[in-house]
Amino acid sequence: MPAIIELRQISKHYGSVIGIEHVELSVEDGEFLTLLGPSGCGKSTLLRMIGGFEEPTTGQVVLSGQDVTDLPPQKRNVNMMFQDYALFPHMTVGQNIAYGLKMRGIGRAEARQKAESALDLVSMPDKVDQMPHQMSGGQRQRVALARAIVREPKVLLLDEPLSALDANLREQMQIELKHIHDKLGITFIMVTHDQTEALVMSDRVIVMDSGRIAQDGSPEDLYERPATPYVANFIGTTNLLPARITARNGADAHVEIGGQSLQVRTDTVPRYDDIQIGIRPEKAYFIGGADEKAGNILSGHVAERIYHGNSLRTTVRLHGEQEFHVDAMLPMGMAQAASPKPGDKVQIAIDPDNILIFERES
Amino acid sequence: MSRSRIARHSGKLILGIPILWIILFMLVPYGVLLTYSFWLKKYPLFVPAFQFGNYWTLLSDPQYIKVLLRTLKISTLVSIASLVLAYPFAYYLVFRLKSPTARLILFMAVIAPLWVSYLLRAYVWKTILGTEGILNSFLMSIGLIDEPSGIFLYNQFAMVLTLTYIFIPFMVMPIYTALEKIPPSFAEASADLGMGSFQTFVKVTLPLSMPGVVAGFTMTFCLSFGDFIAPFLVGGPDGQLVANVMASQFGAALNWPLGSALAVVMLIIVLSIISISDWFEQSGKVEL
Amino acid sequence: MTATSTTLARKRRSPAARARLAADSGFAVIVSLVMAFLYTPILILVIYSFNDNRSLTWPLTGFTTSWYEKLFANDQLLTAIGNSFYVASCATVLTLIVGVPAALALHRFHFPGKTVFRRLLLLPIALPGIVTGISMLNMFKMFGFNLSLETVIIGHATALLAVVVTQVFARLQRLPKSLSEASSDLGANPLQTFIFVTLPNIRTALIGAGLLSFVLSFDEIPVTFFLTGRDNTLPMYIYSTMRRGVTPEINAVGTLIVLTSLVLIAVSVVFTLRDTTGRR
Repeated sequence: MPAIIELRQISKHYGSVIGIEHVELSVEDGEFLTLLGPSGCGKSTLLRMIGGFEEPTTGQVVLSGQDVTDLPPQKRNVNMMFQDYALFPHMTVGQNIAYGLKMRGIGRAEARQKAESALDLVSMPDKVDQMPHQMSGGQRQRVALARAIVREPKVLLLDEPLSALDANLREQMQIELKHIHDKLGITFIMVTHDQTEALVMSDRVIVMDSGRIAQDGSPEDLYERPATPYVANFIGTTNLLPARITARNGADAHVEIGGQSLQVRTDTVPRYDDIQIGIRPEKAYFIGGADEKAGNILSGHVAERIYHGNSLRTTVRLHGEQEFHVDAMLPMGMAQAASPKPGDKVQIAIDPDNILIFERES
Repeated sequence: MSRSRIARHSGKLILGIPILWIILFMLVPYGVLLTYSFWLKKYPLFVPAFQFGNYWTLLSDPQYIKVLLRTLKISTLVSIASLVLAYPFAYYLVFRLKSPTARLILFMAVIAPLWVSYLLRAYVWKTILGTEGILNSFLMSIGLIDEPSGIFLYNQFAMVLTLTYIFIPFMVMPIYTALEKIPPSFAEASADLGMGSFQTFVKVTLPLSMPGVVAGFTMTFCLSFGDFIAPFLVGGPDGQLVANVMASQFGAALNWPLGSALAVVMLIIVLSIISISDWFEQSGKVEL
Repeated sequence: MTATSTTLARKRRSPAARARLAADSGFAVIVSLVMAFLYTPILILVIYSFNDNRSLTWPLTGFTTSWYEKLFANDQLLTAIGNSFYVASCATVLTLIVGVPAALALHRFHFPGKTVFRRLLLLPIALPGIVTGISMLNMFKMFGFNLSLETVIIGHATALLAVVVTQVFARLQRLPKSLSEASSDLGANPLQTFIFVTLPNIRTALIGAGLLSFVLSFDEIPVTFFLTGRDNTLPMYIYSTMRRGVTPEINAVGTLIVLTSLVLIAVSVVFTLRDTTGRR
């Protein structure tokens, strides 16, 4: 399938400060792609380059095979939903939505009709004649979305669309946006710093770090197989521990961590013996006594427990003085009381397949 | 450059047109002024030349120095008088007045006179202070004096009074703005730390309001410095200020070169004052 | 028993409260003083325009509207008023046409010499009007133009630019950048964005600046003094009559000007309030 967007050799410099470096990206038609990262990583800049609001220092932006790098936003078949919604305060909802159609020369009657069907799509009928300042944040957001899609763009850009909403509304909108994407069938490119959003909504996630792409893959790829400690910690939590390879045997290896030994399984063999390993808290579990099944055991003392409602995070201090988190869901009926308490001596088991291997970062 | 790139920047080019106007009608006249200041007065008009004679006249002829000093003195007095009245007024409005409507009304009330003709506001003092004026006849009618007194009008007192009257709003506005920006929590914090209200004022409020004071003082000073209406109406024969002398060069005296030189000198003085006050503002600047 | 104790309680004020009372009274005095200082002369102006006596002395003699009647019969004065209207209207329009794009340029772009440009623009506010007037006079003379109402218009428009630019610029700063980006995103070119999005949202600043420019132009003296030809504006006419001495007709003109100013102030306040409340 031909790519609908291609970013070639993109970089952005502000004087001597590097904003984006060497980004190559290809987006498929109909994908829901999320650019994920902390503030300042360059994700918004990249999005704005696709929209035409920023010019790359080098490189090209290609839309449907056409080089649009020099084209201003009004000439690109791409529309954006802005973080602050950017609704025109002096126009009604209907006029806001019809604005893009008016610019295309579409007549008033037809424009009104399209505006109304766009409002239906975002579940906001009967609001056509209201003014933006009379509406709540969530309502304004839907209007902004309707305004962006009414022109039937090939690509919809979303700049941190849910950041201004409160938690409950946010969860609801995550699902709704996903449904709208499926319904419209066009490409969505979203920028967010919230990894839950990225995982819930996207077909594909690109994690960015200081102007570069750290990893590019499906949500599951990124969660289960993070490429770097940065990604491992940005998406979900990961216990990162320095380790040393003591033996290699094809796909298996033994590592030593603070006096304890673990077996790992990996398809990428690290070059050096000094590495970092990563273990997700929910993949580790407590065992009591000697359990033969798991040969991988780390031992330590419970330092602290934090209650999260549906789960419990136990922080263990390993023998090598490192902290290690273990997350356990609290299924129905099972209380905190049954879990190890602070001061208890514990043993943590991890399956070799669940241990991630990273090069040691200098 | 591709065609689309030019189109993208066309907006910038269009905005350049008013900028051209500004350069034409503001930069060029100052250049012409400077040029004229070097010309020579030769009966009956003046001829192009390049000579510093005009500047030399201004520096050496005592009457010009006298006028300049007089103008500086009047401007300073006016600014101080305005400050003395304006600061407490602004302070009261910002810190002691509780109702925002009352604050708005009083603020507007101080600004409102600016919208009334400047000429008339100066003129009205002439009618009040004159020997046949309202003040004198009022004082006579209540028996304080027996005959009209000439001490009120046609002197520096009258000029300072009139100019203060006219320019007070320019002193109130920036001080008000500066005081408004001070978060009330500062006063609360200082009270919490044990400072009395007077100390709070001296150590916290006053320094933070300095940028406004400097701005107001500069504005009032510069405006007084360039004024020629008040001297004309209430100044009397010894009340000529720099601006009047300058204006007369373009009138009967027909000595445009000298007038231009005087204008250049005035320009330099005012610009220096503005730069100094800017420097004061920047060095004492606090991000609130 | 209870009555005496409450009276005693009321009399015993803490030193802090007493100090505050003293300060408040002090403030009240100053505020009244300033208000009296500012408005008594204006009041005198208005009252004496109805006084039945040529000389302006105390006490008032009688009520008359004859000075107003004389005003309306004074052709020179009426022509001067008409000229002032013409000049003020044209100057306001001109200064808006030049000032709004200049404010936009300052707001949007960074170009070499921007600070110098800004300084230049704001200069006429601080510089004595007389210098602006003289320098423009020199320029017109050097390039061979004759003085007329039109040169006055250009002079005013230039001197008033600072008013428009500062007000419009301040308003533009408060406008979110995303609005114009959204407009481009939806297909509008820069001109369309300006007309449909920017202008409606800076409307109050435009009206305020326009109003202020009009009033300032109407009342302008120093620049007009040097740039006027044979036709007089109102302030110039008043100035020339003042040369000949004090007359109550001037009071009458003054009162009318005060009235007009009051109306204009009320209008501008209404607009400012509408801008800050309501929409946001």
